[in-house]
This record gives sequence, C-alpha cells and structure tokens, in this order.
Amino acid sequence: MRKLGRQLLAGPYLVWIIGFILLPVAVILYFALTNSEGGFTLSNVLAIGEPIHLKALFLSLRLAVICTLLCLILAYPLAMILNKTGKKCQSLIVFIFILPMWMNFMLRILAWRMLLNNNGVINTVLETLGLPVLNIINTPTAVVFCMVYDFLPFMVLPIYNSMARISPEVVESAKDLGAGSVTVFFKVILPLTLSGVISGIIMVFVPALTSFAISDLLGGGKIMLIGNVIEQAFTQQNNWQLGSGLSIVLMIFVIASMALMSAHDKEGGGAGVW
Amino acid sequence: MKKMIALLMAGALAALTLAGCGDSDDENTLSVLNYGKYIEPEVLDMFEEETGIKVKYDQYETPEDMYATFKADAIDYDLICTSDYMVEKLISEGEVLEINFDNIPNIANLDETYFEFSKSFDPENKYSVPYFFGTVGILYNKNMVDEEDLTSWSCLWDEKYSGQVIMADSVRDSFMTALKYLGYSLNTTDEGELREAQEILINQKPMVQAYLVDEAQDEMISENAAMALVYSGEAGLAMELSENLGYAVPQEGSNVWIDSWFIPKTATHQENAEKFLDFLCRVDIAQLNFDYVYYATPNKALYETMDEELQQNTTVFPPQEVLENCEVLKSLDQDSTNLYNELWKEIKSN
Repeated sequence: MRKLGRQLLAGPYLVWIIGFILLPVAVILYFALTNSEGGFTLSNVLAIGEPIHLKALFLSLRLAVICTLLCLILAYPLAMILNKTGKKCQSLIVFIFILPMWMNFMLRILAWRMLLNNNGVINTVLETLGLPVLNIINTPTAVVFCMVYDFLPFMVLPIYNSMARISPEVVESAKDLGAGSVTVFFKVILPLTLSGVISGIIMVFVPALTSFAISDLLGGGKIMLIGNVIEQAFTQQNNWQLGSGLSIVLMIFVIASMALMSAHDKEGGGAGVW
Repeated sequence: MKKMIALLMAGALAALTLAGCGDSDDENTLSVLNYGKYIEPEVLDMFEEETGIKVKYDQYETPEDMYATFKADAIDYDLICTSDYMVEKLISEGEVLEINFDNIPNIANLDETYFEFSKSFDPENKYSVPYFFGTVGILYNKNMVDEEDLTSWSCLWDEKYSGQVIMADSVRDSFMTALKYLGYSLNTTDEGELREAQEILINQKPMVQAYLVDEAQDEMISENAAMALVYSGEAGLAMELSENLGYAVPQEGSNVWIDSWFIPKTATHQENAEKFLDFLCRVDIAQLNFDYVYYATPNKALYETMDEELQQNTTVFPPQEVLENCEVLKSLDQDSTNLYNELWKEIKSN
C-alpha cells in the first residue's frame, strides 16, 4: 500500500512527461513522416537536402559556433575573476549577471533593436561624440551579438561552478612541485573545469542553433536560420509536415552535438546543470 | 502491474483535462474571432447590455494564424472577421454558412460598391459582410523622399533609396509590388511572370533595410527608414504620430483589401451572430469602431455624416482613380500557394 502511495506521488510528473514531452514528440514524428493525405513519406525529413534549407542550416551552425566560441572566450576569464574575488563581491557580480534574465527574453531582444537601430540610442551617442556610427542592425553581426548577450550566463555559471570546486590545495601543490602559472592553468585548472566548459558549450550551442526569435527581430527578416524556416512552415505556409520533418533533422543535430560533447566528458562527474 | 496502473491513471488524468476544454454550452452566447485591436472594446459591452447575449471574444494576428486556429477546431466560433482571400479560401472549402440578410436590416447602411468588390471572393454576396477596407501602399518620410518618385512602384528599386526601404515580410504583399511594377495582375499564377517578379525582388534585396510586418510603422515613426510598404490603416495611425510621414499608392495600382465578417459552419448561435452583424452596421456603432480602428468604413450612412476634410482624406479613403487600378487579393490554389512560398523562401534566403 505504501508503495502504491509513493507511486501516486510520481503521477503528476508522469502526466507531465507524457502530456508535454512524449506526446508532442510523437505528434511531431507523426507529422514528419506523413504527407498531407496521411500516407507515409520521408520527403519532409529529406527536404533538408534542398539548397534553401541546407543554406539555412549551415548559416545556423556557423552563427551558433561563432556565438559559442565568443561566449567561451568571454566567460572563461570572467569565471576565473569571479573565483578569485571575495565572497561578498562574488555574489554581487553573479547577481548583476543574472539580473537581465529576470526580464522577458523577447523584451530584451526588442530593447536591443532600439539600441542598435540606425537612429538608435547607441548611434545617437556615437554621433554626438563625433564617432563613426554602427550599421549592424539587420545583419548577422547583430544576431550573433544578441545571442552572445542572451546566452552568456549559461556559459559563465557552469564554468564558474566547476572552478569553485577546485580546492586551493590542488593548485598549491602543483606550484610546490615547480609548475609555473601557465603549466598550472593548462595541466590543472583547465582539465578540472572541462566538464563545466562542456556543459556551457551545450547550453549555449543548442539554443543558438535552434533560435529563431533573435534572427527574426534583429535580422530584419533578412537572416533565414533553420529555426526561421521551421517557424514559417508552421505559421505562414500551414505546412506542419515540412516543419515537423525539419524539426526532426534539427533534433538529430542537437542530440548529435550533445552526444559528441558528453563523449569527451566521461570522467566529468557533471559539474554543470546537465 | 503497478506501473501499468500508474500509466493508466496518468492517461485518465490527461483525458479528463482534455475533456475539460470542451464547451460548457451556455445558450445565450456568441463566440467571435477577430483581428487584434479591431473593434472598440466598449461595443462588446454595449451589445451584451442591449441584447443580453454574452460575447466570448478572441483575437488573432494574421489570416494564416486565424486559419490555423480555426482548423484546430478547439472552439466553435459563431462569427469570424478576416481578409478577403482567406474568406474565399474558406468558402471554397465549404466552411462558411450563408448569412440570412433578412435578420440584418441595417445592411442597407453599407455602400453597394463594396459588395461589388466583395464579389471577387464571394461571387453572390451570400457569405460575407464587409467591415473595413483600404489599400496597400508606401508610407514615406517627406524629408527623405521626393514625392514625385512615388507615382510608380519603381521607387522601391531606386538606388537613391538603397538601404532606406522596408518591405513587408509577407509573401503576397511583397510580390504584389513587383507584379504591379511589371504590369501583371497581383493574382497571377503564371510561373514565368512570377519568376520575373522574383528576379527583381532578389535584385532589390541588397537595397532593402528589413522585411517587417508590425514593426514597420515604428521604424518609420523613429525615422530609421525612408519608405515602408504598409497597409493604409497602419499608415493612418503612423501619420497621426509623426507629421513627417505621408502615404501614397503608386499609379500602377495596388491591392485593395476588404476585411469581412462571415459565419463559419461550426457556428452554434447563428441568430446571435446575425444580431451582432446588424448591431455593427448601425451608424452609431460603426462610428465607434471607425474612431477606434480608423480604417475606411464601407458604411455609407456613416460616411455621409463625416465632415468634408475627413471624406477627402486620401489615406483613409482611397480616391476613386486609385481604386480603379486596384485588385482584390484572391486566394490561390494549393499548387500556386506552394509556388509563391517556394519563390519567397528563395528570395529570403538569397
């Protein structure tokens, strides 16, 4: 009886998994593998081979890789600085870092549109200072810029987490044994934070690869990422089959990238959020 | 076994919650689906007060959204307002009920002209009641654009305005400019003509600042661009907020759009829907909605009460000579829709 009671506690979670994860995925699979008459077809999935879709996919991959690299370059030193500063200062920096995430994601993108616009806040300031203006709105640069802004915390926090767990003794003993600070970094700190780096990469790469709202709002409708192609298949063309087929392909890419990363993270022990 | 029970319970729970979404059928109600911000909210209260019919009111953004919502079949709407080509599509799919005009005496307030226009999507005027109409044209900044250039769509291809043009992020509207510029019908399904239009739209792309829908007017108000392809209604609103803006429809003609009400087959309260339509056609109610929406009204009785300045306002009420070159957007068959979408996707990803 007690056992049943305990299982009932899992009920809501089960309903959640079935209703909001498994069922939707099943529906997507169904649409992906059928044509508008309901017959079986692979054409929706194979549609990724069309030049337009391939181009969108490669552009998405390229921007996602650039965004992930930029995040990594920015986040790693920041995590190191965070780790070195005192407790009080640390929590303040983390707080400031997380603060923008309290605001709605769409509003932040719209705010960037206002800032980056040709007559936007940034250009007005630059102009009054007599500096050359920025013309990056509606270009891939603006999209990558906003992606980095939005996803940076997802890179910083796991790296910082794994770095905070390195006990100072480890570093000290490395130094005692004669390692210079460069050697300490490459032989001790970097390997020990690798799991955090990998979580960070996944947490940034996956949303960057699948994003469509940022490219839509900051790309001025001129940047077609694979996410935009899928979104338009659903909302404008009413072609759920194609949208689902391409979603499946995108899911395969996401799973592949995660598998690739976690293969490098066997001994990692999961410092991050994953 | 216990796992099975847990699973079954989960299934039952899911089924229960789903069943909960079904209609709690209250007799005296009316479910209305309309574009966002497309009715004076007070009108709904007034209708409830006068008739005792409770209105359930939902909104949507684009006709394609409406189509998806409607086809999802979650709610049985009694009355829907949407654009011409979408009405036509739904009529052709047999989703629309004939309206009993005997229940709508105030229909006499509407101008016959617009029923004539409506014939292009509702050939016998059996299914739809026009609500608002207007054109698609160019919202421009008077300080940045030479007004003489606006007599032809060629201004959108003019090197002078490179980087200053906002096109519409919508297949048919953007194709319309190219097709009209080339002298073709905006409803063409001829692949050769469409390819030609696609080619000039691809050539235009480097000069286009952005493809936008709703944000276009904001960009124009904050003077980020010189020209934007917009609907006349949006242009009117933008011009109220900025004196520097003007609106023009090139002489080659454009798209005249009519948003109309229709009663879908799913309707469970047809008489209430007709009562509501009659209410909307009443001059005082049409006045309230006109003041709120500020699009051209087909309500002739209302038009006649307006002062001359408003009647001559060509942004709100398109002049006769412009209307003559305009066409109503027609719904396309599936193959042509796919062709348009493919060509558009190629433009966008170019």
